[in-house]
Amino acid sequence: MPAMAPSKKSSASTGVGVRRRPRTAYLLLIPGLGWLSIFFVVPLISLFATSLQAPTGKNGVYQAAFQVSNYAEAIAEYWPQFVRSFIYSGIATVLALVIAYPLAYFIAFRAGKWRALLLVLVVAPFFASFLLRTYAWRTILADEGFITSFFNMLHLLPEQRILNTPIAVVLGLTYNFLPFMILPLYAALERIDPRLIEAAGDLYASPFTGFRKVVWPLSLPGVVAGTLLTFIPASGDYINATLLGAPSDRMVGNAIQTNFLQFRDYPIASALSFILMAIILTLVFVYIRRAGTEDLV
Amino acid sequence: MRWLRKNLIPIIGILVLVYLFIPIAVVAVLSFNKPAGKFNIAWNEFSLSAWQNICGVPGVCGSFVTSLEIGLLATLVGTIFGTMIAFALVRYRFRGRSTTNLLIFLPMATPEVVLGSSLLALFLNLAFPLGFWTVVIAHIMFIISFVVVAVKARLQGMDPRLEEAARDLYADARSTFRHVTFPLVLPGILGAALLGFSLSFDDYIISAFNAGTLVTFPIYIWGAAQRGIPVQVNALATLVFVIALTIVLVSQFINYRRRRMLEAGMSAD
Repeated sequence: MPAMAPSKKSSASTGVGVRRRPRTAYLLLIPGLGWLSIFFVVPLISLFATSLQAPTGKNGVYQAAFQVSNYAEAIAEYWPQFVRSFIYSGIATVLALVIAYPLAYFIAFRAGKWRALLLVLVVAPFFASFLLRTYAWRTILADEGFITSFFNMLHLLPEQRILNTPIAVVLGLTYNFLPFMILPLYAALERIDPRLIEAAGDLYASPFTGFRKVVWPLSLPGVVAGTLLTFIPASGDYINATLLGAPSDRMVGNAIQTNFLQFRDYPIASALSFILMAIILTLVFVYIRRAGTEDLV
Repeated sequence: MRWLRKNLIPIIGILVLVYLFIPIAVVAVLSFNKPAGKFNIAWNEFSLSAWQNICGVPGVCGSFVTSLEIGLLATLVGTIFGTMIAFALVRYRFRGRSTTNLLIFLPMATPEVVLGSSLLALFLNLAFPLGFWTVVIAHIMFIISFVVVAVKARLQGMDPRLEEAARDLYADARSTFRHVTFPLVLPGILGAALLGFSLSFDDYIISAFNAGTLVTFPIYIWGAAQRGIPVQVNALATLVFVIALTIVLVSQFINYRRRRMLEAGMSAD
């Protein structure tokens, strides 16, 4: 797909030590790229083929066909799940950006010798089970718990509870993918020369103007990468919706999972997967046009 | 008030860190709980029984070992393949660079449900039996990209003068690689491997699609969540967290000390 190929930037291959023997390069590439071709690209083709298969009459067995109506059926039946997925993950991404920015800024400019330690602490949650951490929110947000009671006292909860509502799902998504927001933000902020911020101050810019005109624009590559790395896994996630939400809060990931593993309706499940990926890739490539893959990868 | 304004960002930053650790603290605290009902959700009574009898519930330790095996195997292969690609990308000029970058980037830009379900579609269409090996195959696939990114960053951040110096001192390409390049990149490779292992060990979605009847640790937890997660699971997860964090903190500390000593040595000259 040459049309989708990212803009050519040869920035990565500059400097000393760059060799010009492509044969060695290809030998180094073959095992990894071969693996990715066989177990990433071919499965996508297989997924597409499955999404067009037709039933044979026997449960869970399908035959090769060109049944485009599977897509119409998938959308007709599951469009609310799609809408919910993108709304929940969109809100979670914005929340994560707002929460992550101060921490990334703190680590980049104010942490001094504690910088390395703080970065370790940011990735540390990955060492604790994702499922258990998500499940722990059931304890924190419990109906009779401190947080729910507090917000109920202020009459802020439409359903008088947080657990088993969309609020809990969005909070879970925000929490789980936060490190993916913090790290690229930090990487972008760390590259900013602090003297630029001083210069803005010297030129009588208020701290807010200095931030808006200097820091924020320079941190945009990090914002782009971070929002992508948060939004993509969040939109396909079904763990948070299952563990923290009500059955009416299910997302498209739930639909894919139940159709594949419980109903064994492989064509519909594949069509759902393919639509989800198409939507996300479209969004990603709109972003990539602005950022360039070499910066993101 | 002025103090608050000056320190607002550090305060918010530390609050965010605390927020990141609250659920982990809940998991750890509940590992010392004796739950009232079958669901270990609310604090009831202090008990060490889960820690004393950590394999006491059938299936917990078995699934834990399965996840360890899958994680080690997938990390080993994924790290080797990923490191090779990273070297090719940084050190060589070749045609097909952007295609390579795209192929590395796409798996990371694809939601896990799509990765898991597409592999399952392939295995179903080939009538390939699901189990241990299909999960290993899937994990190697998603580890590669993360390793490439991490090792590439390390290679690009390396001071090229170190390798030049080695060559000036008449080291051939091979010994330059063995005595200079590789030791310098090794911490990056090990970091990438640790990341890959924790991704594999913790993966639920992709594994759930491709495991068949195999039960990994996350698959065990998912199944147990419906009928109540045994306290032993909290104990094991806490143990893993403490061990992994200790390894990383100790290696960071050694790194820090070594750098300090190097700097002190240089300024003494």
